[in-house]
Amino acid sequence: MRFTKDWLQDHLKTNKTEAQIIEKLNSTGLEVEKVEPVKNELSDFIVSKIVKVEKHPNADRLKLCHVDIGKKEFVKVVCGGPNAKDNLLTIYAPPGSVIPKNNMKLEVTKIRGETSYGMLCSESELNLSDESEGIIELNQSFKKKIGRSYFKSNSDNVIELSVTPNRPDCLGIRGIARDLSASGFGKLIDNKNIKIKKKGKQPIKIKIEKNKNQACTIFGSCLIRNIKNKESPEWLKKRILSLGLRPISAVVDITNYVMFDLNRPLHAYDSDKIRNGIIVRNSKKGESFKALDNKEYKLDDGMCVISDYDGVLGLGGIIGGIRSGTELNTKNILLESAYFDPIITRKTAKKLQLNSDAKFRFERGIDPNSISAGLERASEMIIKICGGEVTKFDIQNIKNIVPKKIPFDPNLVPKTIGIQIKKNEIIKILEDLGFKIKKKGKNLSVEIPSWRPDIYGQIDLVEEIIRIKGFDKIQSVEPEKKRLKPTLDFFQRHFHLAQRSVASKGYLEVITWSFTDEKINKNFKENIKEIKIINPISSDLNVLRNSLYPNLIYFMKKNIDRGFDDQSLFEIGPVFTGNKPGQQATVVCGVRKENKLDVYGIKADVIQTMIEMGINKNEFNVDIKTPSYYHPGKSGSITTKKDRKLLGYFGEIHPKIIHNTYGFEIFLENLVKYKNQNKKNKQTINFSDYQKSDRDFAFVVQKDFKAQNLIDIILDIDTSLIKNVKIFDVYEGENIPSDKKSIALKVTIQSDFKILNEKDLNEISQKIISNVEEKASAKLRS
Amino acid sequence: MSDFAKLKDELKDKLSKVQNSGDLDIIKTEIFGKSGLINSEFKKLGTLSPDEKKKQASEINIAKQELTKIFNDKIAKLADIEINEAVKKEKVDVTLPEKDFRIGKIHPVSQVIDEISSIFSEIGFSVEEGPDVETEYYNFTALNTPENHPAKDMHDTFYIEENMKTLLRTHTSPVQVRTMLKGKPPFKIIAPGRTYRSDSDQTHTPMFHQLEGLHIDKNITMGHLKGCLNYFIKEFFEVDKIKMRFRPSHFPFTEPSAEVDIGYKIENNKIIIGEGDKWLEILGCGMVHPNVLKNSKVDPNKYQGFAFGIGIDRLAMLKYGINDLRSFFECDYRWLNYYGFDPLDVPTSYRGLSK
Repeated sequence: MRFTKDWLQDHLKTNKTEAQIIEKLNSTGLEVEKVEPVKNELSDFIVSKIVKVEKHPNADRLKLCHVDIGKKEFVKVVCGGPNAKDNLLTIYAPPGSVIPKNNMKLEVTKIRGETSYGMLCSESELNLSDESEGIIELNQSFKKKIGRSYFKSNSDNVIELSVTPNRPDCLGIRGIARDLSASGFGKLIDNKNIKIKKKGKQPIKIKIEKNKNQACTIFGSCLIRNIKNKESPEWLKKRILSLGLRPISAVVDITNYVMFDLNRPLHAYDSDKIRNGIIVRNSKKGESFKALDNKEYKLDDGMCVISDYDGVLGLGGIIGGIRSGTELNTKNILLESAYFDPIITRKTAKKLQLNSDAKFRFERGIDPNSISAGLERASEMIIKICGGEVTKFDIQNIKNIVPKKIPFDPNLVPKTIGIQIKKNEIIKILEDLGFKIKKKGKNLSVEIPSWRPDIYGQIDLVEEIIRIKGFDKIQSVEPEKKRLKPTLDFFQRHFHLAQRSVASKGYLEVITWSFTDEKINKNFKENIKEIKIINPISSDLNVLRNSLYPNLIYFMKKNIDRGFDDQSLFEIGPVFTGNKPGQQATVVCGVRKENKLDVYGIKADVIQTMIEMGINKNEFNVDIKTPSYYHPGKSGSITTKKDRKLLGYFGEIHPKIIHNTYGFEIFLENLVKYKNQNKKNKQTINFSDYQKSDRDFAFVVQKDFKAQNLIDIILDIDTSLIKNVKIFDVYEGENIPSDKKSIALKVTIQSDFKILNEKDLNEISQKIISNVEEKASAKLRS
Repeated sequence: MSDFAKLKDELKDKLSKVQNSGDLDIIKTEIFGKSGLINSEFKKLGTLSPDEKKKQASEINIAKQELTKIFNDKIAKLADIEINEAVKKEKVDVTLPEKDFRIGKIHPVSQVIDEISSIFSEIGFSVEEGPDVETEYYNFTALNTPENHPAKDMHDTFYIEENMKTLLRTHTSPVQVRTMLKGKPPFKIIAPGRTYRSDSDQTHTPMFHQLEGLHIDKNITMGHLKGCLNYFIKEFFEVDKIKMRFRPSHFPFTEPSAEVDIGYKIENNKIIIGEGDKWLEILGCGMVHPNVLKNSKVDPNKYQGFAFGIGIDRLAMLKYGINDLRSFFECDYRWLNYYGFDPLDVPTSYRGLSK
């Protein structure tokens, strides 16, 4: 919403400065987005610099200029000026601007096969002189002004507000004035319309059909005859320009003017083009019409249309049609001032992807009691500017307007905001905003003004009061340090631990999108359902990720392109297993690429992380079963010994996806759940001081025999004596059958109670040999 | 002087003059060897009378002890000399580069989440989480944002199902409702997490991070909200003073609603928070709307309180001087190394938030 101080003063008698007004608007909830000089027709012409001139490939006398207009990118302009050259400062006219000399509106055009975005101007084209040879040459002092308007604007500033969706009343300047007045910034001017003379009945029959979900509940109109439509007078043009609109004709400008002045959208029809009266009805599927934006719209069932006996004239509350539009030669106009339901209007506009200033207002809620005021104001202006006579107003109404009343307990104010405001002050604020108050004992009965559709309950009134009183009046209360429960729960603590544990192993944490490219994702999704995003931001980010790998590998490759061959990245975050809330799991995933890295390197990272998270090595198994995105011979899974719950995977990523890259995944929910169910306290431990002995063995086993099983077999023999088993060599080759391998290991033997003699040691050694030979089908290597 | 005493003195003298461990070995044999001085003297004892034997044996033992001590001192001395000699020869260029050390980093967003959690922990908040995929109901309806409300236009929602009933949450506010539904008041929580809006330009990314805050109890007013945010901002930016301004605004799920600006100034191209006359919008907040409480099965006549929502990425940018939001998610190796945090640098209140 845009306005000037000068326009505001039509409604508000105030002696405050623009700066004071801006500050006050901010503090009452009407956020000032920007303040800038009013644009006029000449402000389109921008100081620019030709950065580079090229030859036009298809025309000798034309040039291709790359022009700096103060934006991020240069624009390309085809130019015929013989003086166009590199580094020349000149004036640029963008597409959409109107050249003063011939009133020609510029468009993006192809000139001899090259697209030109706008034009570089000569002095004559801007009516500065008769000089038409070549483009304007500006002196070096304009260098600092590149991107700014060449012509100085000496009018007011325009203040642009960002009006929140709950405040349709402030989409009109009068509403803004009302808020300022209630905040003590002047007196709201009571501008009763000068009663214009109205003659006769409005002769065009208006009918609102009682359809189901009829959006139009009130349709007010009047006919103005014998006008002479023309260009608007200067003052009106100026105001239209300040709104950021282009002046069109007096009739159109006036309807726009009233919309922004009173937040009262209107529509003017050329009444000579209406056949046999107006019917407001729901559309039928397949009906179509050409709207004022020059586009043809095909309608569905149930959209609110204004029609005559030939068909659709316009979409109620959204946009009018070409067929009944007013033109400069229009003689008689029908002026419409109606009420359209917010929700239905919004639905229709959304379906047709149509936006307009009227629709923006109706979907937020227009004052249903502003029908006549709008007709009065507009017809008064039209008659003044274009002449003519106006009929009496015809107001069709299919629903009565009942004012909303709510009982209000003023004690809710201190209870909510923590400070006392006197009852009288509360009443004054509300009354200044247009509420009508009746005292009812301790409570108040508050009647809501019809322009405030956002007010429903008591809490809305509290907001109004503190908003006007000022949020700065609220006293800050020091926070209490009382804690209701631990800051982090068991899972969250492990999330943090995992994050820092992996980072401490040399991995850089990254955060990537929760969505990814389905083409990459399909390598990793295994049996999980693909979860598509209906409206993705781009076609390569169109599914929710089923794994963290797709994005990690994508970004790893990007870093390789940047010249970083060795890198370790990790992410901790959600993967999605379904399209319902909660169908997601937290995964810690690392990728590592490095010279001489092997599967045992990545295994060390993942196992050490598990240990740091409190899972002992003897609590899990490593298996060879892994998903298809891992190298089938160089990857493993980690499962709990107790109930075979999957804790993670590690290994080389399948070379068909990426070369020489290793990765791991830890499934955090599984890990934390296991840990929670198997909480252990550290037992008191006594360390044995008796002599310990190491015995080395080498066993020949089948090639695919898993080393871990060998360790488990030996550890199982006698836990009181066998303290550790460590593999120190695996050998295949000469002296070993080709289907076999030799595993050499060191067993640490120690008793807690005595010194073991040679006999004891031999006994346990024999047990180790016989057990292994039997259970692993192994042979002791001699 | 007996022969023994003479021999002993000779050897003592020889021992003191030894210069290397080879010579020392020879003397060792001469004194302690099988047929060395000590053993030879002991052998002689057999021929002596018991009294003599006793006397002589004690003499030999004293001599042995004396020689042993001198010998051991000599070993130590020679070892010292030899090590010193060796060390003199072992010289490397310590200005050559050290071996590579693989150091990982924590992402600034994670670090800032930890900082925020630490600050709110001090004033008794606990951390809650919610799902990234949400239903229309939790994301909008329960939060007092009815269907076809223009307020929804501000959220460019990603939808997961054609019927638009499931979506990627556009804010962390659904966690408010989920938290209240699964527990009983009072509630004092923060909820950091990923949020999504279909928006991508210089200052918007389709995914970003938000922090939700919620405090519901019997008498929580806007005064508490002010105090809480004031405390948070001061702690977060690690400044003693903060300039803060509440501007009325509109969110369907809070009433009254406010946007909060903090004062700042630019000095030497650096932003200084807490001083100056410029304002920067950093968060939205308000008193939880009675309809939201009702939808969360909390009686609005008994309980009330505040909620707020902060952009975590933006806070990280402000605190750590990061200019481009998009860079957070581009995983550039150089960026991660430069802006990332040491994993041991865990923000805590007792040790301080940042190094």
